[in-house]
Amino acid sequence: MANPKKRTSKSKKGMRRSHHHLEAPNFIYCSCGEATLPHTVCPACGKYKDKQYLRREDNE
Amino acid sequence: MRHRKKGRKLNRTWEHRKAMFKNMAQSLVVHGRIKTTLPKAKELRRVADKLITLALRNDLPARRQAFKILENHGLVKKLFDEIGPRFKDVPGGYTRIVKLALPRRGDCAKMAIVEFSVSGEKKEENLEKAEETAAKENTESAE
Repeated sequence: MANPKKRTSKSKKGMRRSHHHLEAPNFIYCSCGEATLPHTVCPACGKYKDKQYLRREDNE
Repeated sequence: MRHRKKGRKLNRTWEHRKAMFKNMAQSLVVHGRIKTTLPKAKELRRVADKLITLALRNDLPARRQAFKILENHGLVKKLFDEIGPRFKDVPGGYTRIVKLALPRRGDCAKMAIVEFSVSGEKKEENLEKAEETAAKENTESAE
């Protein structure tokens, strides 16, 4: 079996993992003031483009 | 090869898919608006838009074709007499998909609402009512 000749250094390991972070989701502020995802019905007030889509009990 | 074969399979056999979209189309005609996963919503457009096109044709063969999907004379009647006429001067785009921010609990599937893009007056009333109750509840929860 092929084996690594040298142990991976802490530095190399860190450099490889420098891109392993999570992306923060993009968000907007709904007209109700709550933060929400763009192009979606706001879970706080149930509105999207000034139309009511969710009633209170629909929200999980 | 699936060259140019459009449409999602949704991990189902074609019989299963056909039955599922029939059920969903029936629910859509009954309720006017249904909540489902985003990919299913996008596929449902193909079925629902075709139903409206049939309703706009408004002849006996069209009714029979719609019955093949809806499997219920009451629903066909509702589609042709109530829903169809609302789209008389609408050039396509009979359904609307609205994405929901919260994914489904359990499998984190993206959820969406499918509805007919021109709603009846009756539904507008319901919406206003829902808006009022939601506003009331909001003020209550603020207190």
